[in-house]
Amino acid sequence: MKSPSQSRQSKMGTWLRAFLSATPVRFAVIVICFLWSLPTVGMLISSFRPEADINSSGWWTVFAHPFEFTQWTLANYQGVTSTLGLGQAFLNTLLVTIPSVVIPITIAAFAAYAFAWLEFPGKNILFAMVIVVMVVPLHTALIPILRLYRVADLNGTYLGIWLAHTGFGLPLAIYLLYGYISTIPREIMESAVIDGASPFTAFTGMILPLSIPAIASFAIFQFLWVWNDLLVALVFLGTSRETRVMTSHMTELVGSKGQDWEILTAGGFIMMIVPLIVFFSLQRYFIRGLLAGSVKG
Amino acid sequence: MDMNKQTSSLSAWLTMGPLRLLVSLVVPVIAFLVLRWSFIFMRDSDANRMLIGVVALIVGVGGVWLLFWITNDLVGRLPGPLRDRLQPFVFVGPGVVILGIYLVYPVFNSIYLSFLDARSENFVGLDNWIYTFTNSGSLIAFRNNILWMIIVTGFTVSMGLVIAVMVDRIGKWESLAKSLIFLPMAISAVGASIIWRFVYHPSPINKPQIGLINAIIVALGGEPISFLITKPLNNFALMAVMIWMVTGFAMVVLSAAVKGVPGELLEAARLDGASEIQIFFRVIIPFIKGTIITISTTVVIMVLKVFDIVFVMASGGQFDTDVVANQMYKEFFTFGNFGRGSVLALILLIAVVPVIVSNIRNLRTGRS
Repeated sequence: MKSPSQSRQSKMGTWLRAFLSATPVRFAVIVICFLWSLPTVGMLISSFRPEADINSSGWWTVFAHPFEFTQWTLANYQGVTSTLGLGQAFLNTLLVTIPSVVIPITIAAFAAYAFAWLEFPGKNILFAMVIVVMVVPLHTALIPILRLYRVADLNGTYLGIWLAHTGFGLPLAIYLLYGYISTIPREIMESAVIDGASPFTAFTGMILPLSIPAIASFAIFQFLWVWNDLLVALVFLGTSRETRVMTSHMTELVGSKGQDWEILTAGGFIMMIVPLIVFFSLQRYFIRGLLAGSVKG
Repeated sequence: MDMNKQTSSLSAWLTMGPLRLLVSLVVPVIAFLVLRWSFIFMRDSDANRMLIGVVALIVGVGGVWLLFWITNDLVGRLPGPLRDRLQPFVFVGPGVVILGIYLVYPVFNSIYLSFLDARSENFVGLDNWIYTFTNSGSLIAFRNNILWMIIVTGFTVSMGLVIAVMVDRIGKWESLAKSLIFLPMAISAVGASIIWRFVYHPSPINKPQIGLINAIIVALGGEPISFLITKPLNNFALMAVMIWMVTGFAMVVLSAAVKGVPGELLEAARLDGASEIQIFFRVIIPFIKGTIITISTTVVIMVLKVFDIVFVMASGGQFDTDVVANQMYKEFFTFGNFGRGSVLALILLIAVVPVIVSNIRNLRTGRS
């Protein structure tokens, strides 16, 4: 392992030492990554195997003959989307998620702008309220809101769950956008006012475009939060077949078909595919949003 | 001038108060009524579901923008000074009203409900509170939640820290390694629960094991274990799922802090003959102590509210796996007992009070 050239020996030596000291660390990291990915990979592989195969051999046996194409199938996906209604649930999830992201962003952006740049009485108290309720666990709100919804006839409606997600996501959204909007240089704001812009046009024309990074972080956080949520959907949207989202749908399938792995693996993967795409394509925003959102109640 | 301004704005506030209230209340209420009407119409009509969905999306998303646009326009028609005073409330009003309804009111309502009986009809004093702290079901839930908070937080933060220090030294593959370990955080807890139910799956003894862990156990000569119904193992099996999900998150946060440790500090320690282990404990950990405390608090709060994993994997807390959120859900929706459920919800709230206090303190000192 010694370098043949004497002149390069010392350089090689340090390199070799660095390499050798890094090797156990590298090996350990590879092992950890392997172990961490194994459960997900197992589900993904199983979702493409015929029912009989899944139940008669472990998913890792496919690596014996990975190119034997008869062992792969898409039937599980067809079954779970059409016969078991996961396709409908996928649409329902979309229908719940998109407004639950857009509505809080809109309301929060206006509020954050007012908190950052407009003067009004009670501003500090209202802002302190935003900070306090940000940490309140949404569990506290479930029954009181459910009782209000009974009066307002909103239980089981999309409007009801949109507003619930809006309410629970709003403090974080205001806080994040405030942090961003308040750092916009004063000169930019003043130049807009000199140009005769009303607060509203200054907001839509300038603040919103400038706040895109903060909006993106919150949007991704809230999107994944709502997409992955089970509790709020169970409580406000219920479990009726027509309206329920994918998470409630899959939870029901775990209860009724808990050993039918061809269904659960394919369905689970359909439920995860959108968050995974978001994760891999927007990783930087994703992590930033998640860090900011980790305090959310 | 300041005094003048203050007194004049005070008198203005007194006369304008009702109008302000009107602007920030009436518009959301009108918008809400219109939205509600359209939704009930859509819920009750038999039109194509996709069509209803698209209409709902347009009404919901467009409605909010329309709401702001119309109120701003209305306020813009008022005379100058009046307009300037009302404008901030057009912007901040809807947000404040929604927060009031969805997060402030429920806290007080829950406190009130916690002193009423199951159907919220009669005052029962402290009965629900006493019941919650004496009944075996909720005591098990408390025990489990505390175990979850200690074990999950301990494992995620310490493993996250070790991995953060390790990935810092592997060069160009760092971001890939981080992605792979962080990935479970993107998956829903329901998805993670399905994945891990499959990992834990026990087949009958005479059949081939298709669950990963039992396959290993059997290959090593053991007998398959029913992880999810064997007490007290099942609790730890559930905690492992959350550890798997959250470790990557802790690792990413801690990794940023580890990178902030000055290279000279590490070099100096190495020159003094410190081993890598000593550097880890004596240099890195003290230097990033603040981040460790922050991430630990964050994970504790996440774990406090855990619901989905237990709900999906243990059929809602069977075999002594209940946690507080599941117990609360059961009281509300299985037993229909709003009083006892509210007590459990409030206990979750009380548990985060220290965080609320520290947030307010940060706000006061201007750090946040």
